Amino acid sequence: MSGVMPAATETESIAIKAERLTKVYGSGNTEVVAMQDASMTVKSGEVVALLGPSGSGKSTFLTAVGLINPPTSGKISIAGQLIVDGPIAFTDLRAFRRRHLGFVFQKSNLIPFLKAVENVQIACELNGMGTRQARLRALELLDYLGTKDRAQSYPSMLSGGQQQRVAVARALANRPSVILADEPTAALDSFRGRQVMELFSRVAREHGTSVIVVTHDHRSLDVFDTLYEMEDGKLSERTAHPEKSRG
Amino acid sequence: MNLAIKDIAYNLGRFVLTAVGIGMLLMVVMGMGGIYRGVVEDATLLIDRLDADLWVVQRGTRGPFAEISRVPAKLTDRVLAVPGVRQSREFVYHTIQRERQERVLRMAVLGLSWPTDKGDWIPLVAGRSLGQARFEVIADQTLKLAVGQQIPLGNDVYQVVGISRGMIGSGGDGLAFFSSADALAVQLDVPGEAIRLEREARESRARQFDAAVQQPSLLENARRQSHELPATARPTVNAVLVNLDHPADAATVASIIRGWSDVTVYTAEEQRNLLLQGSVEKVRSQIGLFRVLLTIIATIIMALILYTLTLDKLHSIALLKLIGAPNYVLLGLILQQALILGASGFAIAFLVGQQIFPNFPRRVIITPEDLVQLAVIVFVISIASSALGVWKAMTVAPNEALA
Repeated sequence: MSGVMPAATETESIAIKAERLTKVYGSGNTEVVAMQDASMTVKSGEVVALLGPSGSGKSTFLTAVGLINPPTSGKISIAGQLIVDGPIAFTDLRAFRRRHLGFVFQKSNLIPFLKAVENVQIACELNGMGTRQARLRALELLDYLGTKDRAQSYPSMLSGGQQQRVAVARALANRPSVILADEPTAALDSFRGRQVMELFSRVAREHGTSVIVVTHDHRSLDVFDTLYEMEDGKLSERTAHPEKSRG
Repeated sequence: MNLAIKDIAYNLGRFVLTAVGIGMLLMVVMGMGGIYRGVVEDATLLIDRLDADLWVVQRGTRGPFAEISRVPAKLTDRVLAVPGVRQSREFVYHTIQRERQERVLRMAVLGLSWPTDKGDWIPLVAGRSLGQARFEVIADQTLKLAVGQQIPLGNDVYQVVGISRGMIGSGGDGLAFFSSADALAVQLDVPGEAIRLEREARESRARQFDAAVQQPSLLENARRQSHELPATARPTVNAVLVNLDHPADAATVASIIRGWSDVTVYTAEEQRNLLLQGSVEKVRSQIGLFRVLLTIIATIIMALILYTLTLDKLHSIALLKLIGAPNYVLLGLILQQALILGASGFAIAFLVGQQIFPNFPRRVIITPEDLVQLAVIVFVISIASSALGVWKAMTVAPNEALA
């Protein structure tokens, strides 16, 4: 990222650091290396895009740093704390995810039997917040993301863009260090897709939350601070969008 | 936030249908238990209501409920002479089936020992107990007869004077209370042609005897009606019921009667046990086994339903895991739904059963003890049947939410 981010931000705290992550599926003749020596450092408030063709290992990387699918080898540190060293976890990953990570996916992001506000509220409650406080926090976040008027709607009654906004609100519920998004605009048209990408940028700027977005959408790359590209399981940093670099 | 209730509220229609299905299944389990108890109650009802201390029956038999028992009606007098006996009554009991107004009228006929027993102990919902020695009947309401109705049986017509409630014979048929003379008349009724043929046969046999040739009066006797023949045995009853003086010792009285070579005597408890171990036993075992099978089937069906409900939620469960939901939250979701489903099913079974069971042809008796027992079974079923769903929920990987 050096050379991409302004000098002033280089001193900011590191939100997530992945070092030489490798993921191998199977063994012997059936062995598949899905990711090899992938390293990435993301600072607080930084918005990172992870590009690459299908099957290149993007999702493998995202699930590894999301503490969902631990790497075969390599280290992951979040908020300055070493969490994973290869398959060894140094903390309760589920509890850690709850407190420090937020997730947004391509689709089916929300729990269908919970209303929009409840989808956000549940994330707060799972983290130990009281029901009333969690409700207020959820409404506050929906208001912030411009979907408060749909708070009482079930996900099936929301448009794709509204669903993604609610998902972002849920991801923000516990003030996470990092938000991980896996192709969040894939099911949206270009206008709504751009709105969601800008939303990530706004969240990062206003909340200091780092955002890693796996995307195929090249039309919104100007939103990102840093671009990474994955090809055949290998991760490399790419020059950021000229407009963003100038900014 | 209660996820189980939220899920139910969202899928209310499906949940209600599932609960109704399980409720119907549990109603059958409940009903089988009720029928089981009804069979026992019906079988022992007479023994309990007749309230005899001792039952005197034909020697070597197990009493009128197990097999044919015949004792002479005059045995009542002999029994009454035993020290300690306060009262002895004739007991006549048999089942008849007649066609009436194009429907089958099946009743258990019970003879009351008139005038000692006029049926004052019978619980009536209409009319009165027997007021005369002949041609009156008290019918149970299950026979669907009305006070004042005339019932032709054999050569006689009987008038319904009272309607009883809950008086069912050991076979499940409604009881009709006649005087013992009428009960015997109904039992021994034979068509006129049969009587004429029997008389002819008697005469024919008499002609074969030399004595009849020498004494024509014997032939005349053979032509008389059966009850006028001195050599023909008097009608028999099925048993003699004995009530003792208090504080007479039943064992002592029974041992005296047991000394007679033509009868066997049982206490009411022994008669009750004989009945339960005899004719009722197979029905009881069959219903009991069927109930066990139904309970197992209900468990399997509930397990499948809960497993399917869990499968439907698998993506949500994976999502919950992904956002950090601890296992107890997921466990609570599935277990609470299982218990709500079980409780709803139980309530539906009870409420629908209350409406349906009274219309069953045989009595269905649901006692509070049976309800508590079934509630415990449903609770255990709910927990056990959710095990498969819990296992599935525990093993689903959080990254399934990304799929």
